[in-house]
This record gives sequence, structure tokens and C-alpha cells, in this order.
Amino acid sequence: MIKFLSPALRVTAVTFVLCGLAYPFAITGIGQLLFPAQANGSLVQSPEGQVIGSALIGQQWDAPQWFHGRPSATTDTDPKDPLKTVPSPYNAASSSGSNLGPTSQALSDRLTADRHALEQAQPELAGQPLPADMLTTSASGLDPDISPANATLQASRVAQQRGVALDKVLALVQANTQAPSLGVFGESRANVLALNLALQRDYPVHQ
Amino acid sequence: MSHLWLQIIITLIATLALSLVVGRYLARVVTDQKTVLDRVLDPFDNLLYRLIGKQACSQAMNWKSYTFHMLATNLVMALLIYLVLIFQNVLPLNPQHFAGMEPMQAFNTAISFITNTNWQSYGGESTLSNFSQMAAITFPMFTSAATGFVVAIAFIRALLVSDGGANLGNFYRDLIRFTTRVLLPVVVLLSLFLIWQGVPQTLDASVVTDTLQGGHQTLTLGPVAAQEAIENLGTNGGGFFNVNAAHPFQNPSALSNFVLMLLMASLPAALVVMFGHMIRNHRQSTLIYGVMALMLVGFLLLCVIPEQAGTPLLTKLGIDTHASALQAGGNMEGKEVRFGIAQSGLYAAYTTAFTTGSINSMHDSFTPLGGLSTLVQMMLQCVFGGKGVGFLNFLIYGLIGIFVAGLMVGRAPEFLGKKIEKREIILVSLAMLIHPLVILAPSAWSMVVPYGVAALGNAGVHGYSEVLYAFTSAAANNGSAFGGLNANTPWYNLAIACVIMIGRYPSIIFLMAVAGSLAAKPTLEPNIGTLRTDTPLFGIWWLATIVIVGALTFLPALVLGPIAEFFAMNKHLLF
Repeated sequence: MIKFLSPALRVTAVTFVLCGLAYPFAITGIGQLLFPAQANGSLVQSPEGQVIGSALIGQQWDAPQWFHGRPSATTDTDPKDPLKTVPSPYNAASSSGSNLGPTSQALSDRLTADRHALEQAQPELAGQPLPADMLTTSASGLDPDISPANATLQASRVAQQRGVALDKVLALVQANTQAPSLGVFGESRANVLALNLALQRDYPVHQ
Repeated sequence: MSHLWLQIIITLIATLALSLVVGRYLARVVTDQKTVLDRVLDPFDNLLYRLIGKQACSQAMNWKSYTFHMLATNLVMALLIYLVLIFQNVLPLNPQHFAGMEPMQAFNTAISFITNTNWQSYGGESTLSNFSQMAAITFPMFTSAATGFVVAIAFIRALLVSDGGANLGNFYRDLIRFTTRVLLPVVVLLSLFLIWQGVPQTLDASVVTDTLQGGHQTLTLGPVAAQEAIENLGTNGGGFFNVNAAHPFQNPSALSNFVLMLLMASLPAALVVMFGHMIRNHRQSTLIYGVMALMLVGFLLLCVIPEQAGTPLLTKLGIDTHASALQAGGNMEGKEVRFGIAQSGLYAAYTTAFTTGSINSMHDSFTPLGGLSTLVQMMLQCVFGGKGVGFLNFLIYGLIGIFVAGLMVGRAPEFLGKKIEKREIILVSLAMLIHPLVILAPSAWSMVVPYGVAALGNAGVHGYSEVLYAFTSAAANNGSAFGGLNANTPWYNLAIACVIMIGRYPSIIFLMAVAGSLAAKPTLEPNIGTLRTDTPLFGIWWLATIVIVGALTFLPALVLGPIAEFFAMNKHLLF
């Protein structure tokens, strides 16, 4: 038994120090040196120098003068009962998807309610086909992007709220649309935070 | 649509090209030939051998000794992980002051990570300290990957000798060489690439921001990139964050997504190429590679096409599921905009084929056929499969196929000149039967007891699919989940940990016993009576064996789950 145990203990100690400590600490050091912005979360500052979020993490937007991100299924602990959770969209401390399947009544109810709410906020959408990402929740609940189709549909509401011509807002959407990586991988998308920052810069409204 | 196909074709071709290069390098590493890194690594390895014990690292091991050393090492490592997890509250680097993990969950997690499964019944960012993420999660990602790989190497060596297999290599030496010459150099480069793409790597735990609209958001950070690189290269799959590679911090762009897929595919696919170099029979390895690749493409299509088509529910609610330049369309519930359908479907197919288990979309929200594709790949666990073990599983089917074909046509059943006889077939059958047993029995039990059903996240047949997926993932040492299931209950923590262990170790032990038995046999020259195993005809037979055995075993379970759901969905039934 000791014949097996002694090298087993030693190899565990060696690989533990090498792979569990030296490697992650070394990468932290090199990463912080070479790419400090990314290594610390790609934080975004407002023109006033305040940290307003991460370029990679979506935020909750619900006022009508902003572009809105996708619905989010993240939750947080219920303040009244720590064993339960309550909806808390874009909770970046606890990522989560809805995990609802294609035959789920709960999914159907949620989609129906969200569609209704959307049509209330922007009546010209009633009966229109909507882009797939506009009503579905993302995998992480923190999706920073929306599809260009989604952004284009929201532009008229945003333009109206900010008293700007629609084509100006559409031009902003166009300018903030990223093509697929290397032209091939993934999809075209608009980063909602970048879009709203540009919006606030060019056509500010006082909150 | 052409955008979708282009991405799929590029990914498949890149996988093939990479595996050819890596396979050649692997063969050089395991047969002790010169490699470019020797000058730096030889002194370093020697230092490690000295620390482990010169004698332990140089002794010849037969199959029993090799297996016992492997098991003892895994046991010690599992214990260390368990202790780190339950005592993380008193260990350093815990700025969020997380409590020690509850013992049952820590047991489940230790078993899960030491076996390369990486099933997670916890949410990473809300449970683990940064020290635990490095010491209890990143650490075994290396060693569990190396363990699976070296077992396969020992097995292949047994096929090549006829001296009784007194020397199938040295477990410690193999483990160290694979870690320092294959895993570490790649993950160092790749983790820096990931940081460049936007993956955080810091010892800070979180940042609180004031959002533009006027609110607060707490961003969880940590040493993510270092873990992410080995998570995929080692086909481990456990994520720093609850939603794994769907989290924008873990997988910020479609480019990082593409690289992660290549990472997880590189070693399992290269192993087949390496096999060809080792046995000096590239016809045989090309045939194996071809059959595996054919299955991968089939399951990939079975996943991507239904996901792009969307679901009747989405269509009924006026959602446009057609792909265009302005949107990906399809079933976007549980998928990220930057990945769309192509990168999500590819990732799902890759993570279950190469049994990695990291996810970039919620498999629980997939269409019935898309979900079926991921489930079946884990049931077969030989569509390339995880590091080492997937290849061995594929050989299991081959040995059964050889034996049956030999009996049918009256040829001598041989594989690479080794006679396949009763002892091997009994051991191989045992190894093969464990897998369905530990999937189907606990799934069935979970559906008839209240503590099993209470954890379901979806109602109706889909809820049953969640349980079937959980045990399949555990048995296949995959670790991905239909995440709606609340698996952090005493029953699921315990049952899944047991299934993971039984799915991993007994089959390895049976296969090492086969290795011992084959190593004792003389290597015969092929003659007129030999059943050739490197012809296209035998490739078809090999595939047929997998399909027939797999279908006979799992079809009833699948009919009750995803297949029933497929018909229900098209009848617009909701649960």
C-alpha cells in the first residue's frame, strides 16, 4: 500500500503546485501586464470618468429613450426567503438561462406576456414579425448584444423619445453594428451599451 | 443560410488539419522521440521526477501496476480537492467570504473533477472562492485529462508487444510528460489569447458599477482565462461561471468560440492520428477517423438544422425564425446573439462528441432533435469521445464487431495481429454494459420517487429528458446538463457522483485487463484467413455495430423523452 501511496502523494503535490498554483498565478501576472484592460473585465467609463459597466456584459434598460437588450432570465435571492429566488434581470453576479424547453407552457406564457408588453410600449410593432432575439432570453442572461434587426425595430421608438429624426438614429445603429468575427464567425450584432453611449453623446436627454 | 454552412465547413476542416499536426507530435512524445521542446523540458521533467521519486518514475509497469498507481493517485487528488472545497472559508483568496462547500456537494464536485466529468451542481461565481477555482478546479483539469490520455497510451502499447506486457510504460512519467509537453505549453499561449479577446484574469472577485440608466451592477471577475484554456484543451468542461462558455466573460466573441472548439477537438481527434503512427498502419487509423468523423457530421447536422428551423411555439407568437444578414433567426431561446445558431449548434455538437461538457447555449432549451443529437453522442461516447477514453470506447465496439463478424463468416477474429478470444470479449462486454446500466437504472428510479421528480425544471416529457440527460452526462464523464434540473439535492449529488465513478473507473480497469491479456498474446502475421479490420467494408461494419448496439440499448429511453417531445411539439402540445 505504501508503495503506491508515497509516489501518489508526491505526484499530487507536484502537479498541484505546478498546475493549480504556479500556472494560474503566472497567467494572472502576464495577463495583467500585457492586457490590463481585458484582464480586469473590459470596463467602460462614462465621459465623466465613472465606471458604468463592462463592454462585454449586458445591462438592464427599461426606460423608453434607450435601446433595450434582450430579455434576461437571471435571478437573485429573494430578500424575504433565502431559499427562493426572484427575477433580477442582468444580475452579473449570478449568470443563468431560462432552461425552458420548446414544449414549455411557462415559456409560452412568458413570450406572450413579453410580446404584449412590447406592443404596449411601441404600438406599431403589433402583429409584426419580430426578430428571434427580441423575445427570447439569452443563454447567460447577460448577452451584451442585440441583432441589427432588433436594433432597427427599436430605432423609431428611441428617435421619437429623443426628438431626433429616425434616419439619424438608424445611422447610429449602422455605425455601431459589428460584422461577424473575421467576416465569417458568428453573427452581426450591435452592442447595446456602446449604442446607448453613442446615443447619449450625440442626442442627450436629461434624466 | 450559406453563412451557416461556411462556418461549419471551416470548423470541420480546421479540426482535421489541426489533428493531423498534433497527432504526429503526440506520437513523438509518447514514443520518446526528439521534440522541439526537449532542450527546455528535459531538465524540468527530470526535476519533477526527482521530486516524485526517481525509482517510482522509472520502474516498468504492467497493466495491474499501471492501473493501481493511476487509481491511488486519483484517490489522493480527489481527497485534496474535497478538503480545499469544504475548507475554502479558512483558505486564502476568498474576498467574497463564501462559506465552505457543503460535504455532499463537495464530494460530488471532487468526484466530478477528478474523473474529467466536470458536472457542476453549483454555480461557480456564487459558490467558489478564487483559491478554490484554481486549486480545486483548474488543478484536476490537467491531471484528469492526462489520466485518460495515459491509460489509452498504455492500452495501445499493449497491442504492440507480445512479451506479456511487463512494460506498458510508467504512469508517473507518462503523466508528467503529457502535462509539460502537451497541456502546459498550449494552455499558456491560449489563455493569453483568451485574455486578449476579453476573458478576465485577475485575483479580484468583483466590481460594482453605476449603470448609465441609473442602477448598480456587480460584475463577477476572477482568474477565468487560465481555467478556460485547460477546461477545453483537457475536454474537462467545468466552467468558472454558472453558464460556462455562454458567459460573455468566458467566451467573449465568435472567434474565441471557434478557438475553444478547436481546443477541445484537437487532442481526441489527434489521438486517432497518433494511433496510426504508433501502430504504423495509417489505413487502420484513417478508417477509425473516418467513421468517427462521419458520425460527428451526422450528429452536427441533426443538431444545427432543427435549431435553425426554430419551434412551432416561436412561429405561433410571430417570431421571425428565418436567418438573414440582420439576424440569426432560429431557436434563439437560450442562445447568445454573437454566436447565433451556427456557433451554438457547432459548440453543442463538439462539446458532446468530444465529451467536454462546457456549453455556450442552454441545451435544455434546444429543439427535441437538437437535444437528441447531444444526448445520443454522450450515450455512444465514441464520436471521438473524451481524451483517451473515447478512443477506447470506439475500440470496444470494434472488438465486439470483429468477434461477431468473425463468427458469422468463419474468419479468425484478430485485431492488429492479436487473437480476440473469450476472455477479451467477456471483459469488453462488461465494460460496455456498465454504461447503459448506470444511465437507465438511476434515471428510472428518479422518475418514480418524489425526491427525484421534485427537482425537474420543466414539466412533461421534457422533464424526464432532463433526468436522462443528467445521468447520461455523468456516465459519459461529459458534465454538460439540461440545466433546468436542480441537481443540488442529496439524491442527485450522491447518485450522480456514484454514476460518474462507475462510468469512469470500472470500464478503465476492464480495458486495462484486456490490455494485459492482449499483451500476452503473440502478434500473428495476417494470412488468408484473417478478417481485415482496415477496409472500408469493415468500417461500415464497425459503424453498424455502434448503431445497432447503441440503438438496442437506448432507443426505448429516447422514445420516452426527446422523440415523444418531437411529436408533442409538432402537435402544439404544451406542458
